Amino acid sequence: MLTRLANPARFMRISAVALPWCAWASCAVIAVGLYLALIAAPPDYQQGEAVRIMYVHVPAAWMALNIYLFVAVASAVALVWRHPLAEIAARSAAPIGAAFTFVCLASGSLWGRPMWGTWWVWDARLTSVLVLFFLYLGYIALVNGFDDPGRGGRVGSILALVGVVNLPIIKFSVDWWNTLHQPASVLRFGKPTIALSMLVPLLVMALGFMLLFAALLLVRMRTELNERKIRALRLNSAASVRPKRRSEHGVPARPAVLR
Amino acid sequence: MTRKQQRLGLLALGMTALGGATALVLTAFSSNLVFFYSPSDLKAQAISADRRVRIGGLVEDGSVKRGADSRVAFRITDGKTDVAVVYHGILPDLFREGQGVVAEGKLEPGGAFDASTILAKHDERYMPREVVDALKKSGHWQEGGASEAAAAPLNAAATPVR
Repeated sequence: MLTRLANPARFMRISAVALPWCAWASCAVIAVGLYLALIAAPPDYQQGEAVRIMYVHVPAAWMALNIYLFVAVASAVALVWRHPLAEIAARSAAPIGAAFTFVCLASGSLWGRPMWGTWWVWDARLTSVLVLFFLYLGYIALVNGFDDPGRGGRVGSILALVGVVNLPIIKFSVDWWNTLHQPASVLRFGKPTIALSMLVPLLVMALGFMLLFAALLLVRMRTELNERKIRALRLNSAASVRPKRRSEHGVPARPAVLR
Repeated sequence: MTRKQQRLGLLALGMTALGGATALVLTAFSSNLVFFYSPSDLKAQAISADRRVRIGGLVEDGSVKRGADSRVAFRITDGKTDVAVVYHGILPDLFREGQGVVAEGKLEPGGAFDASTILAKHDERYMPREVVDALKKSGHWQEGGASEAAAAPLNAAATPVR
């Protein structure tokens, strides 16, 4: 079934239908989530109103980790099965993940100043998330750093897979070492330590962010596929008109997608 | 064996080696990865007086003494040992007795800890005030955090103090 879906032409047809649904659903769910988080949810017994930062910070952190996992799995598929769509998926997801990581770091810093009394500390959780941000940036730079996109994709995939070791470190850093950052409240053994009236807005926001990721990913993947198609068409026409100057763009004449 | 299987095997081998290497490195460096020592660690490790360290624990109930000119003295405890701390400066909003804090500074020869920075440590509990009041009323409230059983540390030297 996956191989059927992974055909680029079929992907373009299905994603054209799915994209507006994802986009509108994410708008609606995030609107509801923001209302619940910023207006309906009660202030915290210790943090007061500053707890509302958590409704953006925590889902952004979940997305940062999950998108990295997505990039890594897509990279593994691209390396082993050499499927062009997997490589395009990884390449398209990485900047979205980097953006979520940045939102997570920035919102956490804004929360840390009034609550902890500092914008930043070098504890295990904060440092490992910063490393994740740099892994994203490194992957993006590497993937776009080659004239041959296929080669950049392969080298980037290896970096993405090496970076996977950081994911369990981020998740369990608060349990393995003592950190200033608090341990997990929702995804933990035993009952969540967050009141239901705060958990519901948090989960709604998380769903909204997931839909937003799906919408942005589809846009980026469709754009990338269209770009490759245009490049191939241009090369073909250039090749038929002036056969001698085929290689002036520094791009192979037969992009992987159209084979 | 096809090319695909070969690549898959190579990938699995590489990831296993990488995971193993990371685990070894983290185990070797685990004592350097802690953000703060508990008062018990501080006693056990005999840290020299001129080294800057961080200690973390709960502010002991009834130990906070505020002096003139925003000077404050209190004790940080982990339930077994406690350390006297002196600090001169503005305390974070969350600072209060029974609250987790991290103090950065030097251990004075007399055994007191001269802190230059105090950070408040927040726990993983998020709830509205009414819920906390109801829990306190029914006697189900645990001061200082409820995570001990859930988040058992792998490393005995780095026991979370809350």
